[in-house]
This record gives sequence, structure tokens and C-alpha cells, in this order.
Amino acid sequence: MNQAAKLDTPQGTSTAEAPKKRLTTSAMIASIASEGQATKPAPFGHALVALAEQRPGIVGLSADLSKYTDLHIFANAFPDRFYQMGMAEQLLMGAAAGLAREGFVPFATTYAVFASRRAYDFICMAIAEENLNVKIVCALPGLTTGYGPSHQATDDLAIFRAMPNLTVVDPCDALDIEQAVPAIADHQGPVYMRLLRGNVPLVLHEHENYRFQLGKAALLRDGRDVLLISSGLMTMRALETAEALRKDAVDVAVLHVPTIKPLDTETILREARRSGRLVVVAENHSIVGGLGEAVAGVLMRESVHVPFRQIALPDAFLDAGALPTLHDRYGISTTSMSASIKSWL
Amino acid sequence: MTTQATTTQTLERRPGEASRDELAGRAHNIRRHALRMGAVQGQGYIAQALGAADLLAVSYFHAMHYRPTDPHWAPRDRFLLSIGHYAIALYAALIEAGVIPEDELDTYGGDDSRLPMSGMAAYTPGMEITGGSLGQGLSIAVGMCLGLKRKASSSFVYNLLSDGELNEGSTWEAVMSASHWKLNNLIAIVDVNNQQADGPSTQMLNFEPLHDKWSAFGWFTQRVDGNDIDALVAAFDAARAHPLPQPRVIICDTKMAKGVSFLEARDKTHFIRVDAGEWDLALDELDARRPA
Repeated sequence: MNQAAKLDTPQGTSTAEAPKKRLTTSAMIASIASEGQATKPAPFGHALVALAEQRPGIVGLSADLSKYTDLHIFANAFPDRFYQMGMAEQLLMGAAAGLAREGFVPFATTYAVFASRRAYDFICMAIAEENLNVKIVCALPGLTTGYGPSHQATDDLAIFRAMPNLTVVDPCDALDIEQAVPAIADHQGPVYMRLLRGNVPLVLHEHENYRFQLGKAALLRDGRDVLLISSGLMTMRALETAEALRKDAVDVAVLHVPTIKPLDTETILREARRSGRLVVVAENHSIVGGLGEAVAGVLMRESVHVPFRQIALPDAFLDAGALPTLHDRYGISTTSMSASIKSWL
Repeated sequence: MTTQATTTQTLERRPGEASRDELAGRAHNIRRHALRMGAVQGQGYIAQALGAADLLAVSYFHAMHYRPTDPHWAPRDRFLLSIGHYAIALYAALIEAGVIPEDELDTYGGDDSRLPMSGMAAYTPGMEITGGSLGQGLSIAVGMCLGLKRKASSSFVYNLLSDGELNEGSTWEAVMSASHWKLNNLIAIVDVNNQQADGPSTQMLNFEPLHDKWSAFGWFTQRVDGNDIDALVAAFDAARAHPLPQPRVIICDTKMAKGVSFLEARDKTHFIRVDAGEWDLALDELDARRPA
């Protein structure tokens, strides 16, 4: 429960009354951390500063959202390497292309909706067709705001998967982001990265051997009954779901796929071919055109016939509201994921 | 026939070296190259090339600093063609400048040619950007100018855009930004030929008064007859020498199909198809009107 809800609870009301319905917020920047979860502040901003200290060619650009993409950390550290382009996403991408043409490595940041919808043609023609070294890092991916469809990028993976030359990354937590930043900077070519910003949960440090590798999937835990394939914040939910289902004697493997494109088909096929498991793909994205359909395509093309299900957002413009409510409503909370998987077994 | 002055390719071309007569000859040759490429395909954006030949001649033979045989030479002035449609015009200028061999002209628009019908950077030496989707060039120019300033380079970025590109909102994002960042290394050239795909540009989306608009956005603004070489030379000189920390724009009013009267007289000149025999007529007329 958030602080506002606590404050709004009437004090001294009659104990005979039914408990008041929990008040929730549809704030644009809602935390995805669960109560008590370990977090780190602005992992992208701090990782970029650390990298930029080593690499003078890195510059940062924002379209009036530096504070909301954690780029302000970089802007404060390197004011003369930060370009505020104003609320002009087409210009943002064009200018990033121009800076890349002059040999710099621009990190261009905005919200995922604005990059994918408004600036698509600029990313496609000015950046991707030229295979320029621009890193596009975008906050509010999928359903991470209660602000409604104007801010919910539930179609960004579908849009960007189809763009040639573009690498697409969907990290899970603060650790993943910290490690992804130098990795995408080292990659020669354009990258789109979905960004969790603010106080970002930290979960992957519990998996000692985990290290972000561009283009590689990582088996975080093994299991006999279900292979749960996930990216982004859904990997946190997948790990929680696996733990929850363990109590019901359901053994769930979790395969984290932080690079959506190019997809690590070798690892996906290897895990899917292991006998008898239900394969479930979980993603913070529309059921159309994201990781689930990418994995399905790989399996079908290789004639790997397994029971297959998707946990994803519906093909719809989603409601505004509080994130916990919406994650429950659309089936991507841990509780609803556990229930779905049990019903499929 | 032998084209005038193409034998004087130099290792490095510096601003202000060409005489007025040489510039007129270069413009004539650019028109000739464009017509010959048009003949290869029988169609194309010929009228734009004929109209823009003078400003291209002044850009490549009076204003810009570059090495024809080294199109990526770091200290070069950059020429960005936002309007990928005008590729035939820029190819003609690049052929005349010695960046592209003249014998490649016969490959125009063909399979595996370095000269596709829409301009793409990966294909063509001297083509700095891919400009077929209109309204992107000036944004890229802003980023290049910022990058050149980071490198303390004294190079200029020229961006040729069309009046039609002024329809695109992204152009005005870039116009605002260039002035915000005081990009005194940016020179925009607007080719105003008042012709776009569906008809006269001012009837599609009226953009006048252009001088007032660019000035109001903080640019050092000049408007000239884009087919008057003396006026162009003066405007490019003033744009380069302007002392204030602001971007510069040269608005060039040009005549579609300039130099070939029967093409100038056509109603629809945005995309010209010319019958096989007419290409020679056009070349003949052009040569008859060749400057002394």
C-alpha cells in the first residue's frame, strides 16, 4: 500500500464499518517494486556516468524527460556532454543520428511510446538503415504506468522487432541495467533498450553466476514441469511465480531472455526440446508481436512441438489506474501468473 | 561533346577559387549530366535538377571545402541532401565535382548501381545521409553541427531542403533547435520551386512569408533568385562570413526545368516523363543556351 493510501484512511472510524476499499494511485511514475523489495536508485544514470568516465565519446540526449529517464544523473555529471533537445522526438533521433555520424555514441532517451510511435521513421531511416551507433533508451515500457494508453508502450517490441539492424534489449532489474549499459555501448550499431527507472528492484544478484550478455539468454533456475521464458520485469515475476508454485509441488524453470533481438534461439531451442515441459512465455507487452510470438516462431520453424502458452497483455488499449490493480487485471502479477500456469497444467 | 572544366579536378577544392564564368559552365554541365541520367531511365526528378543546378554549382565550386577523391575527409564541409528525391541533381553535381566518375552516369537507377533513384548514403560517395523520407535532413544536420562543435571543427554543414519539406513539422523542430544551439556552422538552403507531388507547394500548405518565418526563428536569412549565380555567390559568401552566433539560411527561388524551355512550359513538372526523342532535343537546347 502506498503512503497516500495510508494517509487517506480515515482515523477513528467505527470498527463496525466494512473495511474501506484500498485507495490507489494512477501516478505516471509508479514503482514496480513490491513492498520490502531491495532496490537501487537510477541504475541507468549511474551506469552511464561510470561508462562515460572511461569513454569521452558518449553523449546524452533527452526530449524533456531527463529526470524521468534517469539521464539527469548523467546530465549533472557531464553537463557539457548533455543535449536537451526539447519535447521534439523526431529532432531527438535526427540529432542523435548526426552526432553518431560525427563519431560520437549518443544515448537518446525518452518514453518508449514516443520513440516507438512518434519517432519511428527517424529511428528507421536516419539511424537503423544507416546502422549508426545510437543507443535509444526508453522509460515506461509495457504496463509500467497507470497513465493510460498515451503512456503505455504495450506495442514497442512488436514495432521495433521488425526494424532491420536494430538490437532490442529488455533488462530485468537494476543489476541487468548496470551490466547492459556498457554492453550496448560496446555493440557497433543501433540499440533500443527498455528502461526501468527510479528505484529499480534488485533481484538478479541472488543468481551468482548471472551476467548480462548481449544476445544471450540465461537459465536462472531449472525445473521439471514448466519452462517459463521471460524478459524485462516479467523475469522478476517469473522467479516469484516459480517460488510460489514450488509450494504446490510444481517445478518451474526460468529462462531469462534480456535480448529480444537478436534472439538466442540456440538456448531457447535447447531448453524447449527437453522433454515434456509446458512452455510459457511471459512478457510485459501485448500478446501481439512480442517475445511470445518470437519464441513461438522459433519453435514452429524448427518443428519443436510442445504445449505452449503466453502470459502477456491483451491486444487492447489498457485501462488507467494503479499498477498493482492493472497487473492483476491483465494477468501479469505473480498471483495471476501462478493461477494461469496451474490452470494449464 | 566534351564538358567544360571537368578536367580541372584538384586534390582539394577550396572556397572562392572558381570564376563566375567557370561557375556558369559548371551549372551547365550539371544540367547536362542530369539530363543524360534522365535519359537512361526515361523519367525522373529532372525539373528539380535543372532548377537547382545553379545553387549546386555555387555550393560545390564556390562555397564548399572538400577533397573530391576523399569524400570522407574529416575537415570537409558536409552537404546533406534532405530531399532524397533530388538525388539525380546531386549525382550530377558529384559527377561534375569529380567525386563520381562520369561513366557511371549510364548506370543511373539500374540494378547494383551506386546511383539509385532516391539518394542513400550507403550507396553513393559524397551522399552524406539517406533523405528519401522528407523532413529528416535538418534534424541530422543539427546533430552533425553539434558534433563538429564538440570536435572544434571549423567545417560547415550545408543542408539542401525543399519547400515541400517545410510541410513537415520535424523541419521546424530542427529550425528551432539550430537557433537554440546557436549553430553558426549550419547553412540551410531552401529550394523554393513551388512544386510538389500534388501541385504548387503554396497551394498544398502555404509556407509564406518564408523570410519572416526563418528570421523569427532566429536565423540569419537571405532570399535570392536561385538561378542567378552572382546573387548566389553573394549570398553564400554572406552566409559563411556572418559574424553572429546563429544558423544561416539561403532561400532560393528557382525555376523548375530551368534551361529547357519546353520542359519549363509544362504544367506538371514534379516528376517528368520525357519521350525518347525529346532527351536529345532538351540537350540540344541546353547546349544552344550554354553560357559563352
